[in-house]
Amino acid sequence: MQCDPMLTTNVCHPGQGALHRRSGASRVRCHPVEIPARVCSAHLAGMTRLFGLVLLAVTLFALQPASAQDSDIQVLTTPAGIEVWLKEEPSIPIVSFNIAFRGGASLDPQGKEGLANMVSGLLDEGAGELDSQAFQERLDELSIRMSFDIGRDAFYGSLTTLKAGLDDAADLFHLALAAPTFDPEPVERIRGQILVGLLREAEDPNARAWRAWSEAAFPDHVYGRPTDGTAESVESITQQDLIDFVTGNFTRDRLVIAVVGDISAERTMALVDVMFADLPAAGAAIEIPDVVPATGETIVVEMDVPQSAIVFGLPGLTRDDPDFYAAYVLNKALGGGGLNNRFFEEIRKARGLAYSASSFVYAYDHAGLWLGATGTQNARAGETLDVVRDILRDVAENGISQAELDDARDYLTGSFPLRLDSNDAIAGMLLSIQMDDLGQDYIEMRNSYIDAVTPQDVQRIAERLLRADDLLVVVAGSPEGITASTTVD
Amino acid sequence: MLIVTVLRFFPVLAILVLFAAPLRGDDDTLFGAESFMLDNGMQVVVIPDHRAPVVTQMVWYKVGSADEEPGRSGIAHFLEHLMFKGTEANPDGAFSYIVARNGGSENAFTSYDYTAYFQNVAREHLELVMELEADRMTGLLITDEEVATEREVVIEERRMRTDNDPGAILSEQLRSAQFFIHPYGWPVIGWQHEIEALERDAVMAFYRRHYAPNNAILVVAGDITVEELRPLAERIYGSIPPVELPERIRPQEPPQLASRRVVYVDPRAAQPSLQMLYLAPTVASGPSDQAYALEVLAEVLSGSTTSRLYRNLVVDQKVAVSAGAWYDGSSMDRSRFGFWIAPTLDVTIEEAEAALRAEIAVLLEEGVTQAEVERVKTRMAADLIYARDSVASIARWYGALLAVGLTIEEIEAWPSRIEQVTVGDVNAAARAILVKPTEVVGILLPEETSDAM
Repeated sequence: MQCDPMLTTNVCHPGQGALHRRSGASRVRCHPVEIPARVCSAHLAGMTRLFGLVLLAVTLFALQPASAQDSDIQVLTTPAGIEVWLKEEPSIPIVSFNIAFRGGASLDPQGKEGLANMVSGLLDEGAGELDSQAFQERLDELSIRMSFDIGRDAFYGSLTTLKAGLDDAADLFHLALAAPTFDPEPVERIRGQILVGLLREAEDPNARAWRAWSEAAFPDHVYGRPTDGTAESVESITQQDLIDFVTGNFTRDRLVIAVVGDISAERTMALVDVMFADLPAAGAAIEIPDVVPATGETIVVEMDVPQSAIVFGLPGLTRDDPDFYAAYVLNKALGGGGLNNRFFEEIRKARGLAYSASSFVYAYDHAGLWLGATGTQNARAGETLDVVRDILRDVAENGISQAELDDARDYLTGSFPLRLDSNDAIAGMLLSIQMDDLGQDYIEMRNSYIDAVTPQDVQRIAERLLRADDLLVVVAGSPEGITASTTVD
Repeated sequence: MLIVTVLRFFPVLAILVLFAAPLRGDDDTLFGAESFMLDNGMQVVVIPDHRAPVVTQMVWYKVGSADEEPGRSGIAHFLEHLMFKGTEANPDGAFSYIVARNGGSENAFTSYDYTAYFQNVAREHLELVMELEADRMTGLLITDEEVATEREVVIEERRMRTDNDPGAILSEQLRSAQFFIHPYGWPVIGWQHEIEALERDAVMAFYRRHYAPNNAILVVAGDITVEELRPLAERIYGSIPPVELPERIRPQEPPQLASRRVVYVDPRAAQPSLQMLYLAPTVASGPSDQAYALEVLAEVLSGSTTSRLYRNLVVDQKVAVSAGAWYDGSSMDRSRFGFWIAPTLDVTIEEAEAALRAEIAVLLEEGVTQAEVERVKTRMAADLIYARDSVASIARWYGALLAVGLTIEEIEAWPSRIEQVTVGDVNAAARAILVKPTEVVGILLPEETSDAM
């Protein structure tokens, strides 16, 4: 079932993610060919491939837990000294572990782009004494769901098991992280899948557009490199590269853990130590420089398709910026989900230019971004981009109305308690709060941050961010009415 | 505002997964669902889940693209878009505005057999969204201008989903090749030239014909009980008068006597791929015994990376980067059982097809094993427990199956029916369905090669 890109935050919530995962994106190794099956919208499919974390970020803000549940969250420290956040949920006999190691695809060595991605495909393909098929059979027999994924700034793991299989699940997860074998058979198989995936990505206008956007925005920075690599870089990855990535980066100082389900605090701590206590205590310092994305170019990626994929972006705010919430509220009014925002009104409803037109606030660890995406027939690409720029100019100059501000705040605060409707969603939230260092009181405080945003805040941030002439634009297709500063075949 | 595409080339879609999921429940009532009927014929289903103070309302109409007249493809989906325009009481997009102001989220989707609208809201706003949904069941007002603009939106949606994607184009062509006369042969979103010709009067006639309480199912899932919902449903939906409904009888396919082969050459396609499809019964179309056996067969062939097709074609023979089987047993009329294979870079499409055919031949000759079937049943039982984590998905499962004509009892019998499937049933179903003259083969090629044609 596909989702309306306009409503990604609504439809892609982790409650349905469980089913997406069941669909085989993790257990049935189909990555990256089947990526579109597990994300909810065409343009986010492309975005996810390049930005890794974008989908997660989009859902983060919409998937806030009900404050009624806050007090249930326990912050534990295991005997081995590992911190873990737990929410006990005894009503269903399942337990979910969501973990992350800070770092991710940004740690791919130069020339080995796609290494983290390849590791994520191979951890459950043989570990310890178990070869690939034996490992998969153990997972299958025990109905354990294990998957790994990457963002630019983190490497993610997810383990969901029936309560009855907890001990086995912990053992297998430990093996996958601490003793993956990277045998030649699975390495070559997964490499082949990734290479075919890269070819398929090249036929997808959205994927092409986002890839080109990243490259242009971050020409001299790791954020500009493709997270799934190039054919050349993927071909060059060796077994030793894979091993080095794991031993160098899966360290306890980078580890973040959230657990939700039918499990006690004592058992949680014991199993967390089984899984992680013997990992190295610390890895090398992660040294990614802060960066501001490039601006002002209009790049056309020539493709013979009837609809041009249009993506655009500007420098935005990092997560710790005091104005982050103002930017977030502003973005909601501009194009941030739902059926009431400027993009939807002007691009879709008034002019019928596109099915999907939306914008995102997104913060990497070392760069803030404001991003937008739409798609229109080639003949109207220039017109559509003009409308985007007109909206940005108008809002930069005049701000948004009091009614728009109220609507945005009401939506954002009102939807806050809706989202933790599943263990999966809660686990994802607890992980994100830790990753972004939002504080143990974040769940209680978050709506007050939104409510505190004033018209003056929004006006200030609109003037600062929405510089229409600085837009970095990539159009993939055969667009008309667009003057390209660069054209790519 | 969207379309359920039940088949993409790699058909690992939530809808299919959904139907594979809930099996072998612990409870008699599967997910604790309760149901009652309003006097006007509207069915109501309640699926309680009190973990969070939220509810999902879904209203399912038993009308989809397969209920359209020939020549007006896309009208069901077009109407779904226009349902967001307004009514006398809530004009000019007020519906979405009110939902958003109250922190709610919403969407809608159209498939071959149904159209559904849903909102997720805090429980205290349930009554509000019920009022809104009831209002637009009969009160839709649309202008010619709105129709004209929204038509452009839908055509852009078509470009995005289909015309920009060679694999989607092949899937659409294959569907037409599979269904000669059944309306499953045309796309949910519609053919472009037919979408372009859809006018306001035709849409409104379609709306009045199909949108009525006796053609709708209300599913409410979340922090709600049947005692709480019943008075609300009776007051808000119970007052809407029923209408006389058309019978849902679609033209059925004649026997397929010749295999069909569809080759789509598109230089935009980066990689060749192949699918092999067979017309197959569904639970609703019957015979249901065969449908349940096919559910198990699809899981045996393709449920995990230890399943036959992945293990043999991808891991052992190394002819494919991806290979598997799928089955859509959830549609109202006969649907399809399919295989797909995407060859590795150094394997030709002909070699891939031969390898896939060899697997099917072995399957038909030797059958599946007891161990495979048992493993699949265990997996499906676990899936049933995992499914409980998403009450919204459970709501979709009930809604979709009720909309194709199954009863609550039939839906809840699903786990026990799967449990009863034997190795003999699976092998008999495979041999009945996977018959060469009834195959439809689809091949996507980046360039013409005479062999594949």
